[in-house]
Amino acid sequence: MTGSMDLPAKGGFSFELCRRNDMLEKKGLKLPGFRKTGTTIVGLVFQDGVVLGADTRATEGPIVADKNCEKIHFMAPNIYCCGAGTAADTEAVTDMVSSQLQLHRYATGRESRVVTALTLLKSHLFRYQGHVSAALVLGGVDCTGPHLHTVYPHGSTDTLPFATMGSGSLAAMSVFESKYKEGLTREEGIQLVAEAICAGIFNDLGSGSNVDVCVITKGKTEYLRNHQLPNPRTYVSSKGYSFTKGQTEVLSTKITQLKQTAEVAEGGDAMEE
Amino acid sequence: MGSHAEGGSQAAGGGQTQRTQYPYVTGTSVIALKYKDGVIMACDTGASYGSTLRYKSVERIKAVGKHSLIGASGEFSDFQEILRYLDELTLSDHMWDDGNSLGPKEIHSYLTRVMYNRRNKFDPLWNSLVLGGVKKGPKGDEKYLGMVNMIGTHFEENHIATGFGNHLAIPILRAEWHEDMTFEEAVKLVEKCLLVLLYRDRSSINKFQIAKITTEGSTIYPPYSLKTYWGFSHFENPAQGAVGSW
Repeated sequence: MTGSMDLPAKGGFSFELCRRNDMLEKKGLKLPGFRKTGTTIVGLVFQDGVVLGADTRATEGPIVADKNCEKIHFMAPNIYCCGAGTAADTEAVTDMVSSQLQLHRYATGRESRVVTALTLLKSHLFRYQGHVSAALVLGGVDCTGPHLHTVYPHGSTDTLPFATMGSGSLAAMSVFESKYKEGLTREEGIQLVAEAICAGIFNDLGSGSNVDVCVITKGKTEYLRNHQLPNPRTYVSSKGYSFTKGQTEVLSTKITQLKQTAEVAEGGDAMEE
Repeated sequence: MGSHAEGGSQAAGGGQTQRTQYPYVTGTSVIALKYKDGVIMACDTGASYGSTLRYKSVERIKAVGKHSLIGASGEFSDFQEILRYLDELTLSDHMWDDGNSLGPKEIHSYLTRVMYNRRNKFDPLWNSLVLGGVKKGPKGDEKYLGMVNMIGTHFEENHIATGFGNHLAIPILRAEWHEDMTFEEAVKLVEKCLLVLLYRDRSSINKFQIAKITTEGSTIYPPYSLKTYWGFSHFENPAQGAVGSW
């Protein structure tokens, strides 16, 4: 008897259920939607390194699903990545490449390079032909200097001095195009990134809430979570939701006693078993 | 930008009239803003035929009567038709000879009615119009700036942008416009927006016209081009650090 061993799948998508899903859709089943991060993400190169910025709103269609999410993902101690597109895709792909970089660091004993992260990301995304909807702004500083790249869902990449992605990218790009120059200082860089993200927050409906900033220089990374909070809750009751007695006017009072209507007879026959 | 087919076909017995429209020769964004002496309006002088840059010296801003300027983006032939309607309007207004002339608010109102009624007949004029002007009113010289688009949406604002300008110029205008700008400040702000549009809108060209309207009348300046900067060090050999990157 020949033993047939089922080899485990080598990774990637399994397309076995596609025909069944298609049939169900034809019968009228609506597939669940996915959460997008209608977003503004930016990055720029300044004289000592790179500054990345992102807003913090995650949307599910017209609803804000998460008003303070983290869109700047850790790749390596010296490399961070902002993600726009489908939230699950950006999380998964950045996590995966981050782990691969860690293993690579153990194998080589060296600091990770930005091009390594870039190549891993673009080859993964190209293999999935755009179905992994992750648009990323990758920035970091390694032994060869500061680098800033954008990665598109189909796998193409750009190397730029300043970059924006997401639904708010045009609003942010208008700020960058009019105000960016080479050789910015750290403060100017952070200021410009915050301004670009604010342009996205206030002019794009898919972006909102707060500004996250990440500054990467040689040997040091600062993750400024919620660097700016331009959308505070303005009307908050100081007393909270406690209602003291007497706040509601009592119009009339009627007390009804609970009467016992069932009488239990003492004695009687024992229950049938 | 919407270029989906606006359908409406009536089968009247044997003849079928189709009002389906797509824009053919189109102009891109128009930007306008109020400043101290009146209203300033600017746009580029290009008209595209699909993805070809067909006409490079097209005036998309015209004076209307004594008090207004009209700028249009979208289908150029529809803009020419609108100018003919406005000609008829201003002519019959002139023939009243009553010492009063149509101001920007009146013309904006007229255009809104025209655009909305055409849309209701499924035969729109495929334009986004910007109407700006100054006219003496009960409170002195009143500046007016408004816009109407092909479906009849209309509003009045201190700064207007159509087409791609909505995404690229409005954020800048919202952040940097303020009351009573001088002409020089207004031109600088407008040029800032036009430059961003030149960099990032594929259908814009580097030949712009600025027009202004004040109580003295309208002035449309001759076209000129802006200086662009391409000297970023990252633009030289971007693939040197990352092979296969652009």
